[in-house]
Amino acid sequence: MKSSDFVRQLPEAGRHLGRPQSLSARLHIDVPLLVLLLILAGSGLFILYSASGASLDDVFKQAGRIGVAFVIMFALAQLDPATYRRWSLWIYLAGIGALIAVLVVGVGAKGAQRWLQLPGLPRFQPSEFMKLAVPMTVAWYLASRTLPPRLKHIAIAMGILGLPVLLVIEQPDLGTAILIAASGLVVLFMAGLSWKWIGGLAGLIAVGAPIMWFFVMLPYQKQRVLTFLNPEEDPLGSGWNIIQSKTAIGSGGLSGKGWLSGTQSHLDFLPESHTDFIIAVLAEEFGLLGVCLLLLLYVLIVARGLYIASQAQDTYSRLAAGCIAITFFVYVFVNIGMVSGLLPVVGVPLPLISYGGTSALTLMAGFGILMSIHTHKKMLTR
Amino acid sequence: MTSRHFKDHIREHRIFINRALIAFAFVLFLSGCLVARFYYLQVIQHDTYATLSDRNRVQLLSLPPPRGLIFDRNGELLADNRPSFSLTLVRERVPDMAATLEQLQGILDLTDEEVDRFYKRLQQRRRPYQPVALKLRLSEEEIARFSINRHRFPGVEVEAEAIRFYPMANTMAHVLGYVGRINEAELKVLDPVNYSGTNYTGKLGIEKVYEEVLHGKVGYQKVETNARGRVLRVLERIPPEAGRNISLHIDSRLQKVTERVLEGYRAAVVAIDVKTGGILAMVSTPSYDPNLFVTGIDQASYEALRDSPDIPLYNRAIRGRYPPASTIKPFVALAGLNADKTSWQHKVWDPGYYQIGGQGRRYRDWKRWGHGWVDLHHSIVQSCDVYFYDLAYRMGPDPMAEMLDKFGFGKVVAHDALGARVGILPSREWKQGALRQPWYPGDSLNTSIGQGYMLSTPLQLATATAVLANRGKWVTPRFIKEIEGQELPPIETPPDIVLENPQDWDRMFMAMRDVMHSSQGTGRASGRGASYEIAGKTGTAQVIGIAQNEEWDASQVEERHQDHALFIGFAPMEDPQIALAVVVENGIGGSTTAAPIARKIFDAHLLEQYEEPAEEPDPKQAVTRVN
Repeated sequence: MKSSDFVRQLPEAGRHLGRPQSLSARLHIDVPLLVLLLILAGSGLFILYSASGASLDDVFKQAGRIGVAFVIMFALAQLDPATYRRWSLWIYLAGIGALIAVLVVGVGAKGAQRWLQLPGLPRFQPSEFMKLAVPMTVAWYLASRTLPPRLKHIAIAMGILGLPVLLVIEQPDLGTAILIAASGLVVLFMAGLSWKWIGGLAGLIAVGAPIMWFFVMLPYQKQRVLTFLNPEEDPLGSGWNIIQSKTAIGSGGLSGKGWLSGTQSHLDFLPESHTDFIIAVLAEEFGLLGVCLLLLLYVLIVARGLYIASQAQDTYSRLAAGCIAITFFVYVFVNIGMVSGLLPVVGVPLPLISYGGTSALTLMAGFGILMSIHTHKKMLTR
Repeated sequence: MTSRHFKDHIREHRIFINRALIAFAFVLFLSGCLVARFYYLQVIQHDTYATLSDRNRVQLLSLPPPRGLIFDRNGELLADNRPSFSLTLVRERVPDMAATLEQLQGILDLTDEEVDRFYKRLQQRRRPYQPVALKLRLSEEEIARFSINRHRFPGVEVEAEAIRFYPMANTMAHVLGYVGRINEAELKVLDPVNYSGTNYTGKLGIEKVYEEVLHGKVGYQKVETNARGRVLRVLERIPPEAGRNISLHIDSRLQKVTERVLEGYRAAVVAIDVKTGGILAMVSTPSYDPNLFVTGIDQASYEALRDSPDIPLYNRAIRGRYPPASTIKPFVALAGLNADKTSWQHKVWDPGYYQIGGQGRRYRDWKRWGHGWVDLHHSIVQSCDVYFYDLAYRMGPDPMAEMLDKFGFGKVVAHDALGARVGILPSREWKQGALRQPWYPGDSLNTSIGQGYMLSTPLQLATATAVLANRGKWVTPRFIKEIEGQELPPIETPPDIVLENPQDWDRMFMAMRDVMHSSQGTGRASGRGASYEIAGKTGTAQVIGIAQNEEWDASQVEERHQDHALFIGFAPMEDPQIALAVVVENGIGGSTTAAPIARKIFDAHLLEQYEEPAEEPDPKQAVTRVN
């Protein structure tokens, strides 16, 4: 251990120990992050009111869910990051068990089993939960090895990552599987995966994509990709969503049609306008300016997350925090990219804006862990 | 401590900071991509998508114009628009099409044919949420039965539209024709804008001829709709311009009388107003109910009509081609007079036959023993064939063809009789062209008595008679009397016929009057007791048209080889009002069958005797009562 370590850590540590703790510190809250999240959730409800056809019912329902999600965030922020590290593997194993259970006794609709209904518990989606558990476990595994990771560790990390991904593909839920894989890969990247390996992985994906196409993907998934490539081919069928969302976005122009005045969404041309396609409502009613403001908000949250990560005391915390921040952005990018026609349509909600509770819960749990990491600093690092 | 377990925290931290910065750069880059994408969509492509959005939202609903009504000369309604209710389905809102149809079948009588047609219509190109008709012309009971069960059928609606109704049904079928659903072929021809809201178009007859006038101009309604096609509000409205009402010269009372007196015959009558050329009655029997065709006739009914040996769909009045027989004689006589090949004084000896140059084939007169010495007047009154053989032989075909052409034979001169046929006016040129044969003198003989190659339609005979009654002044036959709020388009009139000696008209009138009213006239039985004078000419045509290989049962073969009965005439003679032609297929004799029919029509028109006489009053009893 070098003395410079102390030099680096002391000012931070001194802030906590030297001065009387502020209220936020005692509550284990990161105020900038909390403010950004509140602004985001508030704007989300504001847009939702318009997207749901001025339904106060929906807004209150969603506000309730967001409230629960914030409570979860506060709760998780109270725990020490060491706890997370210790429990990572067990949580992961429980998740794998749940995923297997989903395949055996799960419930669902449209030919996909995604939900688990356990007696005495509310219905939940284990794959959603794994979005958080998998990167945390990969972080736990890599943090206890020397970094950058070597071949063996990469292989084991890939195994940790691959098992739940395969189970989720089996459900089948390709979108979530890709997101879980992405979050795990982000950890590897953050851990210093060498560029050689990154290039190799990119090559593997390039080779793997056709294999996926022919052997893994189901017809409805292929249809989504085909629709993405050429939505105009079947404008009334599977291309309808993307054409209508592009129309909503494009017709919004620079400053939009005004709140509650979006014709595409209010006249029901835009499908899923209050869930996955809600960004199109924002773009239609508030134009490019609204979209830029929202993106700025997201980037600020990611930046704050990465800052927290960079200030973390140990490798596990850094990797976990960095991964939570980057994964958050991945969701944002996948959703907005899909609605604007840059990416194929996969069912990814827009973080904290789309109507729905599950995704908000997972995201806020992640931010809880971020806050926990930021507010539980010790005088000395290991 | 081996390197395996040694953790270089500073290095790891550095690596992480490095990677986090790269990741953040990547985040900024991807955010930039999204901004660029939205800039592209919202600024560069804004106009395109704004248009698309408006096109989504704002729809131009066409408002079909109400079709113009058709009246007869007395303002009697001949073609009406009536509301009709049909059952429509919106595919996007019907959860299970097969099950829905099956359940509907339990409520309404849906034939397999209707279901098949529905699926065919469903295949056609259409906008989402556009309703597709399943069953047309719902009865009140069916509407009621469906309404009770409506909640069970999301996406199924009862819709109202105006459809054509012909109150006089069969009586007017061959005059008016009918409208029907626009078919693929018509879709290509009709103006897509003006017909955007219209489902029906004229298929035949007056409905087709005056389609443009009757249809009107489409109106528009700019509406804001939601994605399910529900109209939320009307933004702008341009009302449709209704089709113009039209009036015909047809007198529906006379039409009904004519239909009644022709009952049981395959026959045709055309009656023309001599002063105007207006067609007062045009009947072809048997007829059919045009209302069947409006919403689409079912296969069985159509086959019954199509395959009937009496061919009710065939408009004999304008499409039937018959040898005019002796009814052509007045016109041939005028040709001879005008060519100075005969005169009212010229007499011919009729031994019952005629031989060209006094030898060879004997052309027979209908009267076996002949008429003895006959002049032109009596050759008309008694319908002497030999007189005309002699005249035709001396005159040759050219003056004859020229005069018949002036009277409108061998061409269509009617203004608005759709589908009228030209018949055949035999001439040297025609025979050379059609048969590649030279003209023989015998052809002239046959033509002079309206047999041989000569064929004409009842409309042509009536037209020629009207021109004759007008002393050569042409009045083009027409149905149209008035178009509401619009000048009639100019009607082409052929040049009037000017005779060398105009008194020949009067002499011909008298000869034709004597046909009906002299003791020797062929039509005297029908002229008896008339309070006005009729000028007429009977005709009896040998049937040559029936193909020998067609299969009829024995009694029908007999019946269908009997002669056609013809009559032309006008009345009153001093001031002709009405000219007509009667053709009764296989009616045996012009004087026995056709002339009495004509008399009843004359009586109806001139004496206004439109009602069927209740009981033939017995004159003796009447006298007794008076006494």
